[in-house]
Amino acid sequence: MTGQVLYAQLLYGGSGIVLVLLGLWSFLVHAPLLRKLIAINVMGAGVFHILVAIAYRGIDTAPDPVPHALVLTGIVVAVSATALALAFGKRLDQ
Amino acid sequence: MIRPLEHILIPVGLIAVGGLLGWSFFLAVTGEAGERLAAVALAHVPDSGVSNPVTSVLLNFRAYDTLLELAVLLAALLGIWSLGTAGSGFQPAASVLDGMVAGFVPLLILSAGYMLWVGAYAPGGAFQAGALLGAAGVMLALAGHRNAGLPSEGRLRLLVALGVFVFAMTGLLLMVVGDGFLTYPRGLAKWLILIIETAATLSIGATLAAAYLGGRPAAHPKSGEAT
Repeated sequence: MTGQVLYAQLLYGGSGIVLVLLGLWSFLVHAPLLRKLIAINVMGAGVFHILVAIAYRGIDTAPDPVPHALVLTGIVVAVSATALALAFGKRLDQ
Repeated sequence: MIRPLEHILIPVGLIAVGGLLGWSFFLAVTGEAGERLAAVALAHVPDSGVSNPVTSVLLNFRAYDTLLELAVLLAALLGIWSLGTAGSGFQPAASVLDGMVAGFVPLLILSAGYMLWVGAYAPGGAFQAGALLGAAGVMLALAGHRNAGLPSEGRLRLLVALGVFVFAMTGLLLMVVGDGFLTYPRGLAKWLILIIETAATLSIGATLAAAYLGGRPAAHPKSGEAT
């Protein structure tokens, strides 16, 4: 594995870890439910970053398809969970 | 004023968690990887009926995952519907927005069809196509169409269940006549995947648009429709 690929992986995966931490911090610190929901979504985006970074194997090589499929699955689950949580939040406000 | 929990304990804990995550990520990408699934998956792509590795993982090697994922979408929508009926929606759009929507929605549907077809050999597939259809629904809802272009409730129920139904029935049929649950025979794999993806696309699009409405469709969809 060349140094450039490793550099890209660490940069992208590292930003993913930073996103996870930011989301986790916001989730713990802020009380409003909507902010917590956004924080969870930011965390999820960080996890997807990390998975995509793990799948990367250089610009000329096909990426590892398994983490990519996991990310696609994860996005759909995150969207449906967010929609359900928003509906719950709306009912709570009524 | 410094609150010890919020300003000291949580940041320190998060930095520790971040250090641990970063360290394990570093080890994961630099260390001796051992046998990765990528090699196995890429070696079997020619047998899977499609040439896009991601689609073959999603619809063939890990088809269970995708089936359950469609079930998650359906369950989320049922949860939203059980919380009550949708609101009254937005007011009908003025002519500029209405004209833009009238132009964009057919384009989105066309791109969804393209995405669905191209998923066999390039990035794309049922989820991307379904997301485009869902976006078309959201656009219609924002422009004041009260039901986001979705059919009446009876037909909508059939539509959102279609993906899981076709997927599960294909699996069960293959279990009875073939090699096992969702183990496609080699010659038919491409067509079975295409059938499942088409049903899944329609379902995903309808589910996303219906979830955006935020409740069960209103009993009288015609009232407030911006036609």
